[in-house]
Amino acid sequence: MSSVEEIEELPNSVSDAVEEERAISDNVEGEADMEDDEPQRGGGYLFYRNRREWADLEPVPQDDGPNPVVKIAYSDRFTDVYDYFRALLKNDEKSERAFALTAEAIDLNAANYTVWHYRRVLLQALEKDLREEMKYISAIIEDQPKNYQVWHHRRMVVEWLNDPSEELQFIAEILSQDAKNYHAWQHRQWVIQTFNLWDGELEYVEELLEEDVRNNSAWNQRHFVITHTSTYSSPEVLEREVQYSIKQIKKAPHNESAWNYLKGILQPGGLSSYPGLLEQVEELQESFSSPYLLGFMVDFFEDTLETNNTKCNQTETLNKAMELCELLAQEKDTIRREYWRYVARSLQSKYGSGEIPSPKGTVQIFN
Amino acid sequence: HTHGLWEETGEPGGNLHRHRENMQIPHRKDPGRVPGNQTQALLCCECLDASRPWLCYWILHSLELLEEAVPAAVVSDVCQFLARCQSPTGGFAGGPGQHAHLAPTYAAVNALCILGTEEAYNVINREKLLDFLYSVKQPDGSFVMHVGGEVDVRSAYCAASVASLTNIITPTLFEGTHNWILSCQNWEGGLGGMPGLEAHGGYTFCGTAALVILGKEHMLDLKALLRWVTSRQMRFEGGFQGRCNKLVDGCYSFWQAGLLPLLHRALFKDGDVTLSLSSWMFEQQALQEYILLCCQNPAGGLLDKPGKSRDFYHTCYCLSGLSVAQHFGNQDLHHELVLGKEENRLAPTHPVYNICPEKVAQAIQHFHQLPIPAQKGATACAEDQS
Repeated sequence: MSSVEEIEELPNSVSDAVEEERAISDNVEGEADMEDDEPQRGGGYLFYRNRREWADLEPVPQDDGPNPVVKIAYSDRFTDVYDYFRALLKNDEKSERAFALTAEAIDLNAANYTVWHYRRVLLQALEKDLREEMKYISAIIEDQPKNYQVWHHRRMVVEWLNDPSEELQFIAEILSQDAKNYHAWQHRQWVIQTFNLWDGELEYVEELLEEDVRNNSAWNQRHFVITHTSTYSSPEVLEREVQYSIKQIKKAPHNESAWNYLKGILQPGGLSSYPGLLEQVEELQESFSSPYLLGFMVDFFEDTLETNNTKCNQTETLNKAMELCELLAQEKDTIRREYWRYVARSLQSKYGSGEIPSPKGTVQIFN
Repeated sequence: HTHGLWEETGEPGGNLHRHRENMQIPHRKDPGRVPGNQTQALLCCECLDASRPWLCYWILHSLELLEEAVPAAVVSDVCQFLARCQSPTGGFAGGPGQHAHLAPTYAAVNALCILGTEEAYNVINREKLLDFLYSVKQPDGSFVMHVGGEVDVRSAYCAASVASLTNIITPTLFEGTHNWILSCQNWEGGLGGMPGLEAHGGYTFCGTAALVILGKEHMLDLKALLRWVTSRQMRFEGGFQGRCNKLVDGCYSFWQAGLLPLLHRALFKDGDVTLSLSSWMFEQQALQEYILLCCQNPAGGLLDKPGKSRDFYHTCYCLSGLSVAQHFGNQDLHHELVLGKEENRLAPTHPVYNICPEKVAQAIQHFHQLPIPAQKGATACAEDQS
């Protein structure tokens, strides 16, 4: 994926005879262990150590020391490119040929943040065309979308250009291949927040949720957009979101994301403060059950106890909550048995009358 | 995949000896041989060329969990290699000659603490390390991963980890950091990489562990975090997912399950008397089953899930998670639950640093004998803004 840039012609200070000798011996060596992607002769790939235009630069081998550990089996090409990268770095060379080499170094290891940093230094020092750089980085990201450095580089270029106009579409394209790519979402949030591009984002989120109602990243983005625009403080917005969540729950009752979202938006105001909520959820219970529904009820009852809602009988509420915890622990959500039993003990301790329940310190025996 | 393991051993696991063999760092066998030919190159890819201290840490930590001794010659070799990864301006880089970065800095310091010799401790240039930390500190309390690099909550953990182990915490170093980390806790109860992002196991671990180091873990909504992380254990697989509605992955055996010891301790400190005295708040047996039955490569090494290939990262974190699942408590109150043969037992790991607790104590003891370096880094950086 390397882009080929024009290489600056440099004066050759090495004598022709020496150079020829070196080139021949290197090429013979190269041919012996030639790999498919590294043709030596006939207009194919040439190692930097054999390029005339680079003869002035002494390659710098990696300083692993006499007894290296965690040695990597570098290919010949890798060693060659990085020996020259190190040389450029050492001389702090700011040239077109250096810029071109960074692309090759990146192609070999896109996670090398030192190379990326150097490339950025060169982009500025050489006043390179940042539009071209956008094309370059777009291609790299398409190829390696789960890499930190590529996204950070894109962000820097967008910042320098102060132009986010391609971003939302580009990110949408990446998300169309992997709708949960964490770096993509991070970049998207940065773009939207920095350049105030909130318009249309809620619609985009809804599109994604139409495609996959279980996409937790999309649910998170929904929360992000609303938090930073209308906020959840207006009753109309909250009602709309509650109804939206319940609608999605009805479509897919075992979708944890929708339940978490419902709880997440109601908890700040208190679950038991929302009128008619318990009835709506109990109504759902007639059609299906799920550990998420039961867990939601526990949360609801806990909030009732917390706010000391005088409409309800505290003891009765506590008992209902405890029953649900035990049902979850024993039968409906056994993987979380330890957790639900802790919740029960906590509730009892906080809202129960009399003694604090002691946790079981049972010794578990395995053969 | 799992049938073979059951039949072969009669019970889960029993292949840990293969991991021990596999983890052996190749070392000098014949001093008479030509230098340079002695150590065989690791069969790992060029893509890790900027992560070599990580390789040291993943391998050393795996060996210490397996209670496999590291030969003295290798100890010294690793020290010398990591010394070459140290940047002249402070901190450690992904390899010799590269720029310093908080992630390999974290890995290098952890690796050196596992080695635990005077030579290892002396590799770290504490004064320069402090300079480096100041150089990546941001006004809002966060840290960039490297100069000119990206911000996310990993950096706060890496910084807090190395600074606390090497005793270089100054009054201003973590100013604002805990508030920034707290702002990463979201509507789901977990933490994202940055404020606004989706809750994610890796970032949640980093943020929580960093807050524990800073003594500010009680400022989190611990109940919400507890609900989030316990919900990440998969009811069928037994392992953990990194985010809601995503797939299980062996490495989350540590990043996610490792949160339960942290939360247990935090709640305990908060005065909670209803905590269990024998178990973490996740299904320890189910996690052990997932790791032993689904995450082992028969030739050694561990992995994400069946069908994936082994790597040192997954080996480290699957083993770390297995250790968490086997050991409840601390030195005073300790309760073990080892699934399968006794030889499946791993050494305990420290839930904050993820190196063995003895190594943490030893390092802290060593570095606390030294004075905290002067804060010249802080003012120097402000002036050097050219």
